[in-house]
Amino acid sequence: MRVVVDLSRCQGYAQCAFLAPDAFRMHGEEALMYAPNPDDAQRGQVLRAAAACPLQAILVDRLEERDAPVGTSPS
Amino acid sequence: MSSAHTLQRFKRDGRVVIVGASLAGLRAAEALRGEGFTGSLTMIGDELGEPYDRPPLSKQVLTGWVPAGGTTLPRRCDIDAEWLLGVPADGLDLAADQVRLADGRRIPFDRMLIATGVRARPWPVEEEAALDGVFVVRTREDADGLQRAIAAGPSRVLIIGAGFTGSEIASVCRERGLPVTVAELGPAPLVGGLGAMIGEVAADMQRAHGVDLRCGVRVTRLEGDAHGRLRRAHFSDGGTVDAEVAVVALGGIRNTEWLRDSGLAVGVWGVACDAGCRAFDLNGLVTDDIFVAGDVARSPNPVYEYRFISLEHWANAVEQAEIAAHNMVSTQADRWPHLSIPAFWSIQFGVNIKSVGVPTYADEVVVAQGSVSDRRFVAAYGYQGRVTAAVSFNNAKWLDHYRRLIETAAPFPPPCPTPDQPVDAKPVPVDFPGPTLLAQGATVVVTGHDPGGRRVTAVRQGR
Ligand SMILES: Cc1cc2nc3c(=O)[nH]c(=O)nc-3n(C[C@H](O)[C@H](O)[C@H](O)COP(=O)(O)OP(=O)(O)OC[C@H]3O[C@@H](n4cnc5c(N)ncnc54)[C@H](O)[C@@H]3O)c2cc1C
Ligand code: SF4
Repeated sequence: MRVVVDLSRCQGYAQCAFLAPDAFRMHGEEALMYAPNPDDAQRGQVLRAAAACPLQAILVDRLEERDAPVGTSPS
Repeated sequence: MSSAHTLQRFKRDGRVVIVGASLAGLRAAEALRGEGFTGSLTMIGDELGEPYDRPPLSKQVLTGWVPAGGTTLPRRCDIDAEWLLGVPADGLDLAADQVRLADGRRIPFDRMLIATGVRARPWPVEEEAALDGVFVVRTREDADGLQRAIAAGPSRVLIIGAGFTGSEIASVCRERGLPVTVAELGPAPLVGGLGAMIGEVAADMQRAHGVDLRCGVRVTRLEGDAHGRLRRAHFSDGGTVDAEVAVVALGGIRNTEWLRDSGLAVGVWGVACDAGCRAFDLNGLVTDDIFVAGDVARSPNPVYEYRFISLEHWANAVEQAEIAAHNMVSTQADRWPHLSIPAFWSIQFGVNIKSVGVPTYADEVVVAQGSVSDRRFVAAYGYQGRVTAAVSFNNAKWLDHYRRLIETAAPFPPPCPTPDQPVDAKPVPVDFPGPTLLAQGATVVVTGHDPGGRRVTAVRQGR
């Protein structure tokens, strides 16, 4: 699956790193590093992380998103 | 294409061509479909494969976490486009409304978007640039090659240029335990983008992490061995360093050569356009059918006194793409201006560096909160007594506050928003190096004039 985080918007709240630690990691105190194309096995985790981001900074591929919860990505 | 009726027809079955199939190109295509454009859409790109994201190339990819091929961008929708990939556009015929491809094909359009971005500035001496072990980082292939080279554990990595990309790569190499030398012509790292005061902080940060930082020197020659492998670099101060890998991080060159004879206002700082992303022609007249977005665009910003500004910022590419797409399918009355405040981020040496505004548009800078020695602070930039930009080191949550100060032209220096007033809260001159240095490595440039630009001659037509 494909993911991109708008890091200009992200404020390092680390919710995503908590919910999907294989795909999102904090680097130092507040910088976020993420896997842009994580394994499909991480799909559920990544979608939950995207839904939980308070800044809606995580965009997940719409083409694969059919079973995603509503409002998982910014429009 | 003025009446609402013609516009409706264009939206239904017009032809749009997008040149440059990367971040800005893809986002514009998605926005066009999102706005209800159902006509034909052609994406022209000289790279092969689907659009991918570049910022992870100098971060996640070089650490070895993510493979270079693994940064493909997500899609917001199916754009239903015809993709012409692996072949560059090499001309634009405005009279015939056609894009020329390098293989001779001509692609007709009703409206087109220029999103050709920038490419890495190569090492200027060709034989030296061709040495095994010499890299630039702009594409997936570049990052893949460099990742392999540093994974092999070279005896030393030399980074030429300490702008954002060079500094990020130095940071990753240190994280991987490699000996690193950074050579910078300016007085400090990041100085072209953020000025002398932050430059000093960045220099301390590099040295604290074991980087052999050499400022105020030019690399004069890259020396190879009999097998064409990089061995050594020579500096203008007479010094040398032995290195097996060198990364040339001297900024970008805008991909505008293909537009040279198009009649558009094109120069080293990009394609000039209005705040609605419509390209200007050579005479400064706005075109109605040619749009520009992303790193290749150079547009006036009302917040900065309508000065033309060229940005190499991810968020700017996304925003301009959406505005260009909207304006392409709207009447004059419904068009949007691009009024947002520029924003940029970088991750290096464990520190989250973020900026809002245009730091190069400043005469003074002040530590507005936090502490420089803790590497946790915000610096505010001011021009003639008003706030024009801010940069945070591990303090990003405050940037929205500064964005509002910039938008409202708040007085500089701004009051500290928290009780913990910093000790060094005295404005100092911002001190940027001259334009030649700025062109190499800064990611935002206020482009008053084009040093390499051609002059326009006023010619009276007729009679
Ligand atoms: C290593 C690296 C790290 C970065 N890190 C950050 C960061 O931390 N934060 C940030 O804000 N920004 C960062 N950026 C900048 C960001 O990636 C750019 O602002 C963004 O990619 C701009 O998108 P674009 O679509 O305008 O241009 P580009 O991504 O440059 O895309 C232009 C495309 O057009 C193609 N092209 C060029 N000429 C032609 C032609 N004649 N015909 C057909 N196709 C053509 C190019 O090959 C390319 O595919 C980084 C960039 C790099 C390289
Ligand atoms: S949850 Fe959102 S804001 Fe927080 S770190 Fe992740 S992407 Fe950034």
